[in-house]
Amino acid sequence: MARTVWDSSVGKKTVMAVSGLIMLLYLVVHMIGNLKIFFGPGEFNHYAHWLRTVGEPFMHYEWTLWLIRVALVVAVFAHATSAYQLSRRDIRARPNKYVHKKARASYATRTMRWGGIILALFIVWHILDLTTGTVHSGGFQEGHPYQNVVDTFSTWYGNVIYIVAMLALGLHIRHGFWSAAQTLGVGSRNRDRALKTVANALALLLTAGFLAVPVGVMTGLVS
Amino acid sequence: MTYTEYVTGEPIADTKAPAGPVNERWDTRRFEAKLVNPANRRKHTVIVVGTGLAGGSAGATLAEQGYHVVQFCFQDSPRRAHSIAAQGGINAAKNYRNDGDSVHRLFYDTVKGGDFRARESNVHRLAQISVEIIDQCVAQGVPFAREYGGLLDTRSFGGVQVSRTFYARGQTGQQLLLGAYQALSRQIAAGNIEMHARTEMLDLIVVDGRARGIVARDLITGEITSHFADAVVLASGGYGNVFYLSTNAMNSNATAVWRAHRRGAHFANPCFTQIHPTCIPRTGEHQSKLTLMSESLRNDGRIWVPKAKGDQRPANQIPEDERDYYLERIYPSFGNLVPRDIASRAAKNVCDEGRGVGPGGQGVYLDFADAIARLGRKAVEEKYGNLFDMYARITAEDPYTVPMRIYPAVHYTMGGLWVDYDLQTTVPGLFAIGEANFSDHGANRLGASALMQGLADGYFVLPATINDYLARHPGQDRLDAQHPVVQEVLAETEDRLNLLLSVDGDRTPDSFHRELGELMWEFCGMARSESGLRKALERIPQIREEFWRRIKVPGTGEEFNQSLEKANRIVDYLELAELMCLDALNRAESCGGHFREESQTPDGEAERRDEEFSYAAAWEFTGTGAAPVLHKEDLVFEYVHPTQRSYV
Amino acid sequence: MKLTLRVWRQRAADADGAMSTYEVDGISADMSFLEMLDTLNEELILKGEDPVAFDHDCREGICGACSLVINGDAHGPERTTTCQLHMRSFADGDTIDVEPWRASAFPVVKDLVVDRSAFDRIIQAGGYVTAPTGAAPEAHATAVPKPDADFAFEHAECIGCGACVAACPNGAAMLFTSAKVNHLNVLPQGAPERETRVLDMVAQMDEEGFGGCTLAGECATACPKGIPLVSITGMNKEWLRATRKASRR
Repeated sequence: MARTVWDSSVGKKTVMAVSGLIMLLYLVVHMIGNLKIFFGPGEFNHYAHWLRTVGEPFMHYEWTLWLIRVALVVAVFAHATSAYQLSRRDIRARPNKYVHKKARASYATRTMRWGGIILALFIVWHILDLTTGTVHSGGFQEGHPYQNVVDTFSTWYGNVIYIVAMLALGLHIRHGFWSAAQTLGVGSRNRDRALKTVANALALLLTAGFLAVPVGVMTGLVS
Repeated sequence: MTYTEYVTGEPIADTKAPAGPVNERWDTRRFEAKLVNPANRRKHTVIVVGTGLAGGSAGATLAEQGYHVVQFCFQDSPRRAHSIAAQGGINAAKNYRNDGDSVHRLFYDTVKGGDFRARESNVHRLAQISVEIIDQCVAQGVPFAREYGGLLDTRSFGGVQVSRTFYARGQTGQQLLLGAYQALSRQIAAGNIEMHARTEMLDLIVVDGRARGIVARDLITGEITSHFADAVVLASGGYGNVFYLSTNAMNSNATAVWRAHRRGAHFANPCFTQIHPTCIPRTGEHQSKLTLMSESLRNDGRIWVPKAKGDQRPANQIPEDERDYYLERIYPSFGNLVPRDIASRAAKNVCDEGRGVGPGGQGVYLDFADAIARLGRKAVEEKYGNLFDMYARITAEDPYTVPMRIYPAVHYTMGGLWVDYDLQTTVPGLFAIGEANFSDHGANRLGASALMQGLADGYFVLPATINDYLARHPGQDRLDAQHPVVQEVLAETEDRLNLLLSVDGDRTPDSFHRELGELMWEFCGMARSESGLRKALERIPQIREEFWRRIKVPGTGEEFNQSLEKANRIVDYLELAELMCLDALNRAESCGGHFREESQTPDGEAERRDEEFSYAAAWEFTGTGAAPVLHKEDLVFEYVHPTQRSYV
Repeated sequence: MKLTLRVWRQRAADADGAMSTYEVDGISADMSFLEMLDTLNEELILKGEDPVAFDHDCREGICGACSLVINGDAHGPERTTTCQLHMRSFADGDTIDVEPWRASAFPVVKDLVVDRSAFDRIIQAGGYVTAPTGAAPEAHATAVPKPDADFAFEHAECIGCGACVAACPNGAAMLFTSAKVNHLNVLPQGAPERETRVLDMVAQMDEEGFGGCTLAGECATACPKGIPLVSITGMNKEWLRATRKASRR
């Protein structure tokens, strides 16, 4: 079955849909966690610590977190590899462009590929910035995420990178969620409007939720 | 000897239909026909030309039986054959409505509708097989219209008083053709059919008196090749495009049948052409083809013209009492549902009186106002939506609010290659099926019967009868391209194309085609007279002579060259047209679609003359422009006794 | 009407092509687009030039032969086939670009003519019901609910013109393939081959070099027969179902 799925363009789309939905689910959780920053360093840092102790005593310290990280890495890898291979196929299938150019499809649809690349680059920066601290501005303090976040969004480039990425994320989800529903065969004529509404709502909610943090820092609400 | 001084040769007769009661003949024939051992079938090659309803279904079925089929179509895909454009439906004597239908009634209606110019045994077989066709198509997944209970819906169609027409919205031909195409595709994938698309048959190879292959041109590379078989089946459709403007597809042509005729296959009743009453009127000189609106529209639409000549008011400003619903007036019991030939001629008559509507006065109204008031717009939309859309797109008028304008146009040719009960032509080993033969519709075809005949021939008749021929000729010599006969046919074909390319004159192929078509429409169209036909017969050889002097075909023969394809088809139209006029001249009676002005009743109805013309005219070719020989097949009516058709 | 046409000219499959400019005059608004091209071709022939090759046949919107990209749109600005597009959709003085379908699975044969035999091979892979002639049960033996019959019909309307592929930014044949899968898979007659049909047809579609679906929706917008985009969703569902079932066997 794995072979059939991976060898088929429809199957690869299924891989993209499933991995995309896993990441989407994670993002919802992530965004809700982020919003805790508005309740002060105590609550936020406590939440960050709790992430490492989830599942105890059954799980050892950080085991759950690592499981999630592994699942996410697999999802990102599967999503990106399928996207790359499918894009290669698509470009090969349509090597000659029309002389008469026309704007095609919606903005969200057309930006899926570039949006995906932007998001991939963002993820790398984001991890290096706030997880490992490798490229963090100012002194990165392990175990003090509140201060780290404030530091990141105190730089202009930190804000720019983050805001651009979150807008790309919104567009990506807008087409991606609806698209995944079609790929998984749950779309239908009657459900189409509902699916589009959910996709738009999710896109809007996640973009707004994530952007609230840098905006909070910039406006001084979080400091 | 001039062309019109033809002689009558030996009579011709069908020797294959068994004697006995008409309803047992098909069973008897199937039993008497020799069979080919299943293990030997793959050793037999059958060429099928055309992939429409007849050719597609025949190719698929022969391949299923185990024959090696080599099939050709000039379109880029077998799915595009012109059967796809048939709209209305397909008749079958299922009697699902319990409205008194039966095989015998369908048989009766078809013989009568054909104005007693068809062979009883063939028509009866067609009616018998009609019920199996529906079963076959449903099994293939053809999405016929259904009722809420999930059973098949039927409707009444063109001049028939029972609801025996099965349909798939206004696209019945498309759905049936795709069914056949899919069956064909299955056999292609299985390796049982060697399919040659974009390859046009240009001649027939006859060796030792038997059809043994064809010469064809690859339309992409221009390569001319020969193909060999134990039998050749022509399913290449009708020849309505002789008229230039017709409802046929642009590329439908008569080359396959005409070349077969030149090689010895008799051509029967060429003058029997059907003019369809409900087509969209032409808009100007640029018109390249005419579009038919399914005559199912006549079930609910009412046909009228203004009572006054030259009434230029818009339709909705003409009050009810100043409208002439002429079909309802003249034919009260059938009204708007009279057979096609009668409806067409009536439209011509009112237009000739100066009461036609629309640009040029060549049109009559087909009005749905009453139907919309009675059934509601939604119901009308459900039934005819796609036809209304099509009309609106072509004319930029909304038929829901403004009556449609319609005018008759050439639609179908009942004539074709003469075939016996086995569908074999006068050339042994050459079979003709579907519209390409003359067999079942007599002088006029009933609505929704073309699909029935095409599929009956292809799925059921030919596969049963061709066995007999192949079983009787099991070991034929192998042929190759070096055989002198093959060389000769190849050379003739190449010479003809080269000549077309070398004239380099000053007229385009279309200009000749249009000129011929206008001549035919005027003199061999809805009404024909001796003087008109003689005029046409004088003119056609002149056009032909001019053609070979002034034709201009650009490009070469070794490439994709649509002008060359066209010009080569016109070569054959220029000969076939002559035979059509001669046949029309010979048949000095009116019958079905053939209306001779000299032969009408005092009130202007067509008058058949059975004592002189109760025969099928099978013409034998003797040379281009040379008088052909007429062979008469006497028609015997044992079951449906000829009466003057009356729809009053 | 007077128009400027820019038409893709390419002598043969392996030749280079380019846009050529032609002026046409005396065009009537009632002409179909193809009749306008006929007019151009008549002039070209008389001038001794090679007329523009284009596929066409029935000219009533059902055979699926005509296939022109007009001003960047497959079949032009109206939602119909090229043959049913009339010149009243254009204005006097317009410049119109005419190009062939573009997709690597549809190589150009000449000028505006492309080779669409890949579609035939997709159908050959499974777009049929195995029902040999003579083996059919009585037509009323199986009732088909009207909604299913209507659904099947809606998808069976596909004319195989290839506008979906031409319009798709990825040159995908998903809409074409899904139309046939949906048509046959919803019917009881198509049920026995339901799984193999969709698996084989999708595999053949990939094999032919068509692109994948990114649900841009251009195909459904261009489809002259209005096959809906959700048809693709239906096929995806069938494909997943078939894959699961196949893995259990």
